[in-house]
Amino acid sequence: MRQVVLLKDIPDLTEIKLHRETRAPIVEGVKRRISEVDKRALEAAIQLKEAVGGEIVALSMGDDKTKTALLEALAMGADAVYIVNEPEFKCLDTNATSKVLEAALKQIGEYDLVLTGEMTLDSLSSQMGPRLAELLGIPQITYVKEITAENGKVKAVRDLEDVDEVVEAPLPVVVSVVREINEPRIPALMKIMRAKKKPQTVWDAAALGLDVEEIKAQSYVKITNLAAPKVERKQIKIEADSIEEAAKKLAEAIVSEGIM
Amino acid sequence: MTYLVYSEDRELAFQLLGKARELADKTGSSVAAIVVGESQEYVKQGADKALKADLGEFNVETVKEALLEAVKMTEPSVIMIGATKRGKEVAPRVAAALGVGCMTECSSVDLGEDGKIIVERLTYGGSTVAKETSTSTTTVITVPSRSFEKLEPKERTGEIIELTFEAVKPRVKVLKRREKPRSSVDLESAPVIISAGRGFKTQEDLKILDELAEVLGAQISCTRPISADLGWMDQWVGISGKKVKPSLYVACGISGTIQHVAGIRDSQIIVSINNDESAGIHGLSDYSIVGDLYEVIPALAKALKEAS
Ligand SMILES: Cc1cc2nc3c(=O)[nH]c(=O)nc-3n(C[C@H](O)[C@H](O)[C@H](O)COP(=O)(O)OP(=O)(O)OC[C@H]3O[C@@H](n4cnc5c(N)ncnc54)[C@H](O)[C@@H]3O)c2cc1C
Ligand SMILES: Nc1ncnc2c1ncn2[C@@H]1O[C@H](COP(=O)(O)O)[C@@H](O)[C@H]1O
Repeated sequence: MRQVVLLKDIPDLTEIKLHRETRAPIVEGVKRRISEVDKRALEAAIQLKEAVGGEIVALSMGDDKTKTALLEALAMGADAVYIVNEPEFKCLDTNATSKVLEAALKQIGEYDLVLTGEMTLDSLSSQMGPRLAELLGIPQITYVKEITAENGKVKAVRDLEDVDEVVEAPLPVVVSVVREINEPRIPALMKIMRAKKKPQTVWDAAALGLDVEEIKAQSYVKITNLAAPKVERKQIKIEADSIEEAAKKLAEAIVSEGIM
Repeated sequence: MTYLVYSEDRELAFQLLGKARELADKTGSSVAAIVVGESQEYVKQGADKALKADLGEFNVETVKEALLEAVKMTEPSVIMIGATKRGKEVAPRVAAALGVGCMTECSSVDLGEDGKIIVERLTYGGSTVAKETSTSTTTVITVPSRSFEKLEPKERTGEIIELTFEAVKPRVKVLKRREKPRSSVDLESAPVIISAGRGFKTQEDLKILDELAEVLGAQISCTRPISADLGWMDQWVGISGKKVKPSLYVACGISGTIQHVAGIRDSQIIVSINNDESAGIHGLSDYSIVGDLYEVIPALAKALKEAS
């Protein structure tokens, strides 16, 4: 079974500082890593490969730094990575990005399973899985928390609000996974060192046969403003000699806030 | 400029209709909705056109076909879809079929000076509000439950139209549906909430919250791992769960990740109990105690009883 796992490298959200006046997040210079849910999609692929064999390729659209971030995927167990790095594609929306990834998937050729995360933690857009399924003309299974494969089919459990849905689909299919599907493995040092030797292919627009202007013209969603809401909390640490004393002070504070 | 509304959740569809009606009235445009269940109610709730479709049990490929047919019929500039998990899987699929922009989980929806739609939504893990707009002729947006109010239903004139579309044979087969236990707790409107995180060691231990919940008149909620990993409760608070706005939120054994805090930002007072002095939640609280929740919670319940 040939699996393509879509990985996005995103800035470490806990490291992001805010611009003093505009309160816009400052992303430049922040270390980037593979989005947490995407790593779980990769872990799911590795476990499927352990069960039924085959090959795992990772695909990412990013920039110059993506190659470094994706070494982690090779160390975890991806067999090869494909990176789309085209400076002209820096600020594309999800529609345009999906067209680029569609072209990359076509270039990769054969695939049985395309795995994505339920959403990337930076953009919180949760669109890519279903969009690619539509563009590729194949079915989708979203919110997957368990998955197995056999006889050219996958069986999955979807985590919906009111039900767990057990489904079955023929291959190829797009699957997006939730965080609860697994705990991603932490690769051993040896594997990290060997990762660099695995094949890494970088494509620009031309390599994918894409017209830069045509793609950019399909990027419709624009961000007009970004600002972290100001929250002013009192940040009072209640200190006392005993738990009882601290609890009493906290109780008084709650009462004085007029909540009871 | 037409608005097209769909949600498999009727209540949510009515909330979207309320907003669509308000926007449509500003510019004298019309509102269409795909009907789930009884049609006339959609007209009463603000639809000019209620599109009756035989959708059966929710299936993403069928709903996509119905939506695409409705798009042909009404040529909407905005397609509003309820941001349930089912809505969130159909919205991008429709957007891709149309090759248009899509903005998900919009908390506010308005019209800009150019008449284009402007939304607000969270990004960067939930820490930041983005204002976004889309230049495609049609734009798909998803809107979570409770973002807007439904209208007072009233007798209006509207058409009820049969929506016929090509039946599709879903390629993904549902083998089984396992109902989840559903509590009827309405976290979004709870005035006081006590919330449990991974600081709790067993499900049994959650019982220590009962006494505190009683004195405070609080509902109990939790973080995503407590619900989704451990299954101790059926709903959680945060970016992928409920967004709450109580006057008091008590976070017990919760570290304070952005994904959780994004759901409690509108709380009036946040109190945290966490035994790790360096836990992020302390800096995001109005009052905090560094201590063992197993000791602090009973002591707080007792102190509150005495104080009130
Ligand atoms: C796509 C995505 C969406 C997500 N959405 C959400 C969401 O909507 N909501 C959400 O909550 N999470 C969400 N998460 C998960 C989130 O990243 C964190 O994993 C989660 O919020 C952590 O939960 P926690 O605070 O209970 O656990 P932890 O981070 O493990 O924190 C437990 C805390 O308990 C404290 N503690 C331990 N023992 C005690 C004790 N005896 N007394 C007092 N304190 C103690 C510890 O010091 C620690 O700070 C999401 C993650 C992803 C990837
Ligand atoms: N630039 C990208 N490169 C590779 N995969 C991506 C990219 N953007 C999104 N994805 C995949 O699509 C999933 C959903 O992303 P999103 O729709 O942006 O929330 C992610 O978890 C990734 O698996």
